[in-house]
Amino acid sequence: MSNAVSQPVTSPFARVSGAQHRLLAFASLILLVVVFSIASENFMQTSNIIAILQATSVNGVLAVAATVVIITGGIDLSVGTLMTFCAVIAGVVLTYWGMPLPFGILAAILAGALCGCASGTFIAKMKIPPFIATLGMMLILKGLSLVISGTRPIYFNDTPGFTQISQGSIVGYFVPAVPLPNGVLILFLVAIVVAFVLSKTALGRYTFALGSNEEAVRLSGVNTDRWKIAVYTLAGSICGIAGLLIASRLNSAQPALGQGYELDAIAAVVIGGTSLSGGRGTVLGTLIGALIMSVLLNGLRILSVAQEWQTVVTGSIIILAVYIDMLRRKRM
Amino acid sequence: MFNRRTIIGAFGAVALVGASLPASAQDMYIPLISKGFQHQFWQAVKAGADKAAAEFGVQVTFEGPDTEAQVDRQIDMLAAALAKNPVAIGFAALDSQAAIPLLQQAKDRNIPVVAFDSGVDSDIPVATASTDNLAAAALAADKMAELIGGSGKVALVVHDQTSRTGIDRRDGFVNRVKEAYPNIEIVSIQYGGGDHLQSTEITKSILQGNPDLKGIFGANEGSAIGVVNGAKELGKTDLVIIGYDSGAQQKQAIRDGVMAGAITQNPVGIGYETVKAAVAAAKGEAVEKNIDTGFYWYDKTNIDSPEIAAVLYD
Repeated sequence: MSNAVSQPVTSPFARVSGAQHRLLAFASLILLVVVFSIASENFMQTSNIIAILQATSVNGVLAVAATVVIITGGIDLSVGTLMTFCAVIAGVVLTYWGMPLPFGILAAILAGALCGCASGTFIAKMKIPPFIATLGMMLILKGLSLVISGTRPIYFNDTPGFTQISQGSIVGYFVPAVPLPNGVLILFLVAIVVAFVLSKTALGRYTFALGSNEEAVRLSGVNTDRWKIAVYTLAGSICGIAGLLIASRLNSAQPALGQGYELDAIAAVVIGGTSLSGGRGTVLGTLIGALIMSVLLNGLRILSVAQEWQTVVTGSIIILAVYIDMLRRKRM
Repeated sequence: MFNRRTIIGAFGAVALVGASLPASAQDMYIPLISKGFQHQFWQAVKAGADKAAAEFGVQVTFEGPDTEAQVDRQIDMLAAALAKNPVAIGFAALDSQAAIPLLQQAKDRNIPVVAFDSGVDSDIPVATASTDNLAAAALAADKMAELIGGSGKVALVVHDQTSRTGIDRRDGFVNRVKEAYPNIEIVSIQYGGGDHLQSTEITKSILQGNPDLKGIFGANEGSAIGVVNGAKELGKTDLVIIGYDSGAQQKQAIRDGVMAGAITQNPVGIGYETVKAAVAAAKGEAVEKNIDTGFYWYDKTNIDSPEIAAVLYD
């Protein structure tokens, strides 16, 4: 998943330092795990590790969606409420209309892709800055989720298989000692697929190119608008997957949830070494960033650190991570 | 290697925090997972829990999501709490259904769950510590009867007809009036969603339709404020208004004499009783299934008394 390495547009220095940053992020993750394991015997338990991974699954998938957009130099503030919107759509299709499970899954991902496509169109064709366009989308989708659901959670009791998407465990079926929830597998799967798209496909190359020097890409005769819309559409469909994961985990589509989740996703992206100015970033880094956030939160909870201090520590880690990134870049 | 040192230094600090904690690992540990954290009501619940923790010599933590919409965050908190091998858990479910897998896990591991506030819609909790809304609303009816002289027309503005608190507060008031005050007539019961503005409009229409109305009971904070605003806008000063819960606006209305008084729940008591029941359940002692955490009547005369001030919030 070392996609930065294969990017023709990134400088050779950036490659080395990108790898270095990921190493650093990975080292911090390991260090956190070691520290918490020493501090509390309750931390390094299979059930707790699984709880951490499961807590990462939704934020991780959202962060992957945010990563592809951020690499283009854009931003997507609508990932959280789009996730909720897709969950509500799945609820409508499965519970209100009583259709079979695959239709619900398809509808959620399709709804995500459509909304992503809309955001991309606002940005590429109507030239609305990404921050504003996706801020608008964030509010539109938040409102629509409430309208469509009638401001009540939609339960999936009539679709018994639905909770298996996130809570079931294929791994646990074969290896009963490791009941790794499917939601975690889906996170890894999404990460691998998107890492592949970024490193091996034209879409991936243009994603990095747009973030490095959009003007140069345009002048070389590439239809940048089309690729930009494609990137936001990809991000949107990933949010659809996140919507399925959270709805499956809660056995319900909770229409009021979602706002604020975009910031956690962006934090994971940044901790993972993706630059907010675009052109540089990896899915693996984002995955590590998301894991650092959940390990930190879980560990602080296990240590019974007061909630107000948990927030302070999380904020400090974000600033520290970006500061290290800055230091590294200044040195080059 | 400045970077790495910085990071190691930072985590070293975390390690120090960690190292200082396991000293209390031998204590009985009881996490409370609430529906909120930073609101004054929940801080009052936390204060009660801390008080009980000190009294019974147990370790208590109190956590809740930022908003009542964040069901998944609450589930993560519950999962982390279970990982700490607690002797018991206090839980106020945002969505009982979403929490069932983890509650089942607690049950399988013989960790008793004590529900608090609105409770958990399941048979897993060994006890529920909450306000007896029926009895609290009956007290409001008694006060209303006293203040209007035992006869006349009254009305209710309730937040909704579907939630447990809405139903109980309405029925508690209505039933008490029916059985004890034959000369009082309830002319209207309206629902305003707890929304200030909607409750204001409802109040105005009730007052328009019943000029001789003597009193209105607002069944939660938003409803009560709506009643106050509606009466104010129509210039009706002789109306007896009784509210529920507290909050800065409601307290001010009572101080100004616009509102006759209100019922307040006892959030401190909710926290205290939850921990007390959890300790008992952890020791295998019998606990009462429904624990009434109490409520108080407050008005201009006792709003500043220490007993009342302790359970009010802004």
